[in-house]
Amino acid sequence: MGKIMSRQRPLSPHLQIYKPQLTSILSIMHRGTGIVLSMGSIILVVWIISLTLGKETYLLYSKVVNHWFSHVVLLGFTFGLFYHLSNGIRHLFWDAGYGYDLKHAYISGGAVVFCSLLLTILTWSIIYLSVI
Amino acid sequence: MNSNIDEKFIKVEDMKTLKTHGVGHWKLQRISAIAMIPLVIWFTTSLMLTLMDGYEQSIEWLQSPFNATGLILLFGTLYFHAASGLQVVIEDYVHHEGLKIVSLILIKLIATVLGVLSILCVLKIFL
Repeated sequence: MGKIMSRQRPLSPHLQIYKPQLTSILSIMHRGTGIVLSMGSIILVVWIISLTLGKETYLLYSKVVNHWFSHVVLLGFTFGLFYHLSNGIRHLFWDAGYGYDLKHAYISGGAVVFCSLLLTILTWSIIYLSVI
Repeated sequence: MNSNIDEKFIKVEDMKTLKTHGVGHWKLQRISAIAMIPLVIWFTTSLMLTLMDGYEQSIEWLQSPFNATGLILLFGTLYFHAASGLQVVIEDYVHHEGLKIVSLILIKLIATVLGVLSILCVLKIFL
Protein backbone atom coordinates (compact mmCIF):
# COMPACT_ATOMS: atom_id res chain seq x y z
CA MET A 1 0.00 0.00 0.00
CA GLY A 2 2.72 2.46 1.09
CA LYS A 3 4.77 1.80 -2.02
CA ILE A 4 1.82 2.35 -4.33
CA MET A 5 0.76 5.54 -2.58
CA SER A 6 4.23 7.12 -2.61
CA ARG A 7 4.69 6.75 -6.36
CA GLN A 8 4.04 10.10 -8.03
CA ARG A 9 1.09 9.61 -10.33
CA PRO A 10 -0.94 12.36 -11.96
CA LEU A 11 -3.93 13.17 -9.77
CA SER A 12 -7.24 14.84 -10.48
CA PRO A 13 -8.27 17.60 -11.02
CA HIS A 14 -6.84 17.89 -14.51
CA LEU A 15 -9.06 20.90 -15.13
CA GLN A 16 -6.17 23.04 -16.34
CA ILE A 17 -5.53 20.86 -19.39
CA TYR A 18 -9.13 20.92 -20.59
CA LYS A 19 -10.40 23.27 -23.23
CA PRO A 20 -13.64 24.64 -21.76
CA GLN A 21 -16.71 23.24 -23.49
CA LEU A 22 -20.42 23.42 -22.64
CA THR A 23 -20.41 19.82 -21.43
CA SER A 24 -17.36 20.19 -19.19
CA ILE A 25 -18.56 23.50 -17.74
CA LEU A 26 -21.95 21.93 -16.93
CA SER A 27 -20.20 19.01 -15.27
CA ILE A 28 -18.12 21.30 -13.05
CA MET A 29 -21.24 23.35 -12.30
CA HIS A 30 -23.02 20.23 -11.03
CA ARG A 31 -20.38 19.77 -8.37
CA GLY A 32 -20.16 23.49 -7.69
CA THR A 33 -23.91 23.86 -7.17
CA GLY A 34 -23.88 20.69 -5.06
CA ILE A 35 -21.29 22.18 -2.71
CA VAL A 36 -23.02 25.58 -2.59
CA LEU A 37 -26.45 24.02 -1.98
CA SER A 38 -25.07 21.87 0.84
CA MET A 39 -23.96 25.06 2.56
CA GLY A 40 -27.19 26.87 1.64
CA SER A 41 -29.23 24.09 3.25
CA ILE A 42 -28.22 25.63 6.58
CA ILE A 43 -30.78 28.38 5.80
CA LEU A 44 -33.45 25.67 5.92
CA VAL A 45 -32.20 24.54 9.33
CA VAL A 46 -32.23 28.15 10.58
CA TRP A 47 -35.78 28.47 9.20
CA ILE A 48 -37.09 25.40 11.05
CA ILE A 49 -35.24 26.35 14.27
CA SER A 50 -36.71 29.87 14.18
CA LEU A 51 -40.20 28.38 13.75
CA THR A 52 -39.57 26.08 16.71
CA LEU A 53 -38.40 28.95 18.93
CA GLY A 54 -41.58 30.97 18.44
CA LYS A 55 -43.07 33.92 16.62
CA GLU A 56 -40.54 36.55 17.71
CA THR A 57 -37.56 34.54 16.49
CA TYR A 58 -39.40 33.70 13.29
CA LEU A 59 -40.11 37.39 12.61
CA LEU A 60 -36.41 38.16 13.10
CA TYR A 61 -35.52 35.38 10.65
CA SER A 62 -38.16 36.68 8.24
CA LYS A 63 -36.74 40.20 8.45
CA VAL A 64 -33.22 39.02 7.60
CA VAL A 65 -34.40 36.76 4.77
CA ASN A 66 -36.51 39.52 3.22
CA HIS A 67 -33.67 42.01 3.01
CA TRP A 68 -32.91 42.81 -0.65
CA PHE A 69 -29.41 41.38 -0.31
CA SER A 70 -30.81 38.07 1.01
CA HIS A 71 -33.12 37.99 -2.00
CA VAL A 72 -30.11 38.25 -4.33
CA VAL A 73 -28.39 35.38 -2.48
CA LEU A 74 -31.61 33.30 -2.50
CA LEU A 75 -32.01 33.98 -6.23
CA GLY A 76 -28.59 32.42 -6.71
CA PHE A 77 -29.53 29.45 -4.53
CA THR A 78 -32.77 29.00 -6.48
CA PHE A 79 -30.89 28.83 -9.75
CA GLY A 80 -28.38 26.44 -8.18
CA LEU A 81 -31.20 24.24 -6.91
CA PHE A 82 -33.02 24.06 -10.25
CA TYR A 83 -29.74 23.55 -12.08
CA HIS A 84 -28.66 20.71 -9.80
CA LEU A 85 -32.16 19.20 -10.04
CA SER A 86 -32.34 19.27 -13.86
CA ASN A 87 -28.75 18.26 -14.39
CA GLY A 88 -29.17 15.57 -11.73
CA ILE A 89 -32.03 14.09 -13.75
CA ARG A 90 -29.72 14.26 -16.80
CA HIS A 91 -27.11 12.32 -14.83
CA LEU A 92 -29.68 9.71 -13.78
CA PHE A 93 -30.54 9.15 -17.45
CA TRP A 94 -26.83 8.62 -18.16
CA ASP A 95 -26.61 6.20 -15.24
CA ALA A 96 -29.50 4.27 -16.78
CA GLY A 97 -27.55 4.18 -20.07
CA TYR A 98 -29.37 6.80 -22.13
CA GLY A 99 -28.16 9.90 -23.95
CA TYR A 100 -24.45 9.20 -23.92
CA ASP A 101 -23.65 10.26 -27.48
CA LEU A 102 -22.20 13.71 -28.08
CA LYS A 103 -25.24 15.07 -29.90
CA HIS A 104 -27.67 14.16 -27.13
CA ALA A 105 -25.22 15.26 -24.43
CA TYR A 106 -25.27 18.74 -25.98
CA ILE A 107 -29.06 18.77 -26.50
CA SER A 108 -29.75 17.69 -22.91
CA GLY A 109 -27.12 20.16 -21.67
CA GLY A 110 -28.87 23.02 -23.44
CA ALA A 111 -32.22 21.81 -22.08
CA VAL A 112 -30.81 21.81 -18.54
CA VAL A 113 -29.62 25.42 -18.82
CA PHE A 114 -32.94 26.48 -20.37
CA CYS A 115 -35.06 24.67 -17.74
CA SER A 116 -33.10 25.93 -14.76
CA LEU A 117 -33.25 29.53 -16.00
CA LEU A 118 -36.97 29.24 -16.79
CA LEU A 119 -37.82 27.68 -13.41
CA THR A 120 -35.80 30.35 -11.57
CA ILE A 121 -37.54 33.19 -13.42
CA LEU A 122 -40.94 31.52 -12.93
CA THR A 123 -40.40 30.97 -9.19
CA TRP A 124 -39.30 34.54 -8.49
CA SER A 125 -42.04 35.99 -10.66
CA ILE A 126 -44.59 34.08 -8.58
CA ILE A 127 -42.91 35.21 -5.35
CA TYR A 128 -42.94 38.88 -6.34
CA LEU A 129 -46.42 38.76 -7.90
CA SER A 130 -47.89 37.13 -4.78
CA VAL A 131 -46.38 39.85 -2.61
CA ILE A 132 -48.21 42.48 -4.68
CA MET B 1 8.27 -15.52 1.18
CA ASN B 2 5.29 -16.70 3.13
CA SER B 3 4.49 -13.30 4.61
CA ASN B 4 4.76 -11.80 1.14
CA ILE B 5 1.98 -14.06 -0.13
CA ASP B 6 -0.10 -13.18 2.92
CA GLU B 7 0.32 -9.50 2.22
CA LYS B 8 -0.75 -9.92 -1.35
CA PHE B 9 -3.76 -11.94 -0.25
CA ILE B 10 -4.87 -9.24 2.18
CA LYS B 11 -4.52 -6.63 -0.54
CA VAL B 12 -6.83 -8.56 -2.85
CA GLU B 13 -9.36 -8.93 -0.02
CA ASP B 14 -9.12 -5.18 0.69
CA MET B 15 -9.75 -4.43 -2.96
CA LYS B 16 -12.84 -6.63 -2.87
CA THR B 17 -14.35 -4.87 0.14
CA LEU B 18 -13.44 -1.48 -1.31
CA LYS B 19 -15.12 -2.38 -4.55
CA THR B 20 -18.40 -3.59 -3.02
CA HIS B 21 -18.37 -0.62 -0.65
CA GLY B 22 -18.01 1.75 -3.60
CA VAL B 23 -20.93 0.17 -5.45
CA GLY B 24 -23.07 0.52 -2.31
CA HIS B 25 -22.19 4.20 -2.01
CA TRP B 26 -22.90 4.78 -5.71
CA LYS B 27 -26.31 3.14 -5.45
CA LEU B 28 -27.32 4.95 -2.26
CA GLN B 29 -26.30 8.28 -3.80
CA ARG B 30 -28.55 7.61 -6.81
CA ILE B 31 -31.44 6.42 -4.65
CA SER B 32 -31.22 9.56 -2.52
CA ALA B 33 -31.01 11.64 -5.73
CA ILE B 34 -34.20 10.07 -7.07
CA ALA B 35 -35.93 10.64 -3.72
CA MET B 36 -34.87 14.29 -3.75
CA ILE B 37 -36.71 15.00 -7.03
CA PRO B 38 -40.32 14.82 -5.72
CA LEU B 39 -39.28 16.17 -2.31
CA VAL B 40 -37.67 19.30 -3.77
CA ILE B 41 -40.57 19.96 -6.16
CA TRP B 42 -43.11 19.49 -3.34
CA PHE B 43 -41.18 21.69 -0.91
CA THR B 44 -40.51 24.59 -3.31
CA THR B 45 -44.20 24.56 -4.28
CA SER B 46 -45.27 24.59 -0.60
CA LEU B 47 -42.79 27.36 0.06
CA MET B 48 -44.40 29.52 -2.59
CA LEU B 49 -47.98 28.57 -1.70
CA THR B 50 -48.05 28.81 2.12
CA LEU B 51 -44.68 28.96 3.82
CA MET B 52 -44.09 32.59 2.90
CA ASP B 53 -47.43 33.74 4.35
CA GLY B 54 -46.24 34.07 7.93
CA TYR B 55 -45.69 32.35 11.25
CA GLU B 56 -49.22 31.04 11.95
CA GLN B 57 -49.67 29.67 8.44
CA SER B 58 -46.28 27.91 8.57
CA ILE B 59 -47.02 26.31 11.95
CA GLU B 60 -50.42 25.18 10.71
CA TRP B 61 -48.78 23.72 7.62
CA LEU B 62 -46.27 21.82 9.76
CA GLN B 63 -49.00 20.37 11.96
CA SER B 64 -50.40 18.35 9.10
CA PRO B 65 -49.04 14.77 9.30
CA PHE B 66 -48.48 14.74 5.54
CA ASN B 67 -46.33 17.88 5.58
CA ALA B 68 -44.43 16.86 8.73
CA THR B 69 -43.64 13.46 7.20
CA GLY B 70 -42.55 15.09 3.96
CA LEU B 71 -40.30 17.55 5.73
CA ILE B 72 -38.67 14.83 7.85
CA LEU B 73 -38.02 12.82 4.71
CA LEU B 74 -36.68 15.95 3.00
CA PHE B 75 -34.21 16.78 5.78
CA GLY B 76 -33.10 13.16 6.14
CA THR B 77 -32.59 12.62 2.41
CA LEU B 78 -31.06 16.08 1.93
CA TYR B 79 -28.30 15.55 4.49
CA PHE B 80 -27.64 12.00 3.37
CA HIS B 81 -27.39 13.17 -0.24
CA ALA B 82 -25.24 16.19 0.64
CA ALA B 83 -22.83 14.11 2.74
CA SER B 84 -22.44 11.43 0.06
CA GLY B 85 -21.92 14.06 -2.66
CA LEU B 86 -19.36 16.03 -0.64
CA GLN B 87 -17.61 12.76 0.20
CA VAL B 88 -16.98 12.14 -3.51
CA VAL B 89 -15.69 15.68 -4.01
CA ILE B 90 -13.30 15.32 -1.04
CA GLU B 91 -12.10 11.91 -2.24
CA ASP B 92 -11.42 13.39 -5.69
CA TYR B 93 -9.72 16.64 -4.76
CA VAL B 94 -8.19 16.32 -1.28
CA HIS B 95 -4.97 14.45 -1.80
CA HIS B 96 -3.43 14.83 1.65
CA GLU B 97 -4.35 11.57 3.41
CA GLY B 98 -4.76 13.00 6.92
CA LEU B 99 -6.74 16.03 5.76
CA LYS B 100 -8.91 13.75 3.66
CA ILE B 101 -9.86 11.52 6.60
CA VAL B 102 -10.49 14.48 8.91
CA SER B 103 -12.70 16.27 6.37
CA LEU B 104 -14.64 13.07 5.58
CA ILE B 105 -15.39 12.56 9.28
CA LEU B 106 -16.28 16.26 9.72
CA ILE B 107 -18.69 16.20 6.78
CA LYS B 108 -20.49 13.11 8.10
CA LEU B 109 -20.62 14.58 11.60
CA ILE B 110 -22.00 17.96 10.49
CA ALA B 111 -24.55 16.35 8.16
CA THR B 112 -25.76 14.02 10.93
CA VAL B 113 -26.06 16.85 13.47
CA LEU B 114 -27.95 19.12 11.04
CA GLY B 115 -30.20 16.27 9.93
CA VAL B 116 -31.09 15.17 13.47
CA LEU B 117 -31.52 18.77 14.68
CA SER B 118 -33.89 19.75 11.86
CA ILE B 119 -35.95 16.55 12.18
CA LEU B 120 -36.23 17.17 15.93
CA CYS B 121 -37.56 20.69 15.22
CA VAL B 122 -40.16 19.33 12.79
CA LEU B 123 -41.29 16.81 15.42
CA LYS B 124 -41.48 19.44 18.15
CA ILE B 125 -43.77 21.66 16.05
CA PHE B 126 -45.83 18.70 14.87
CA LEU B 127 -46.31 17.28 18.35
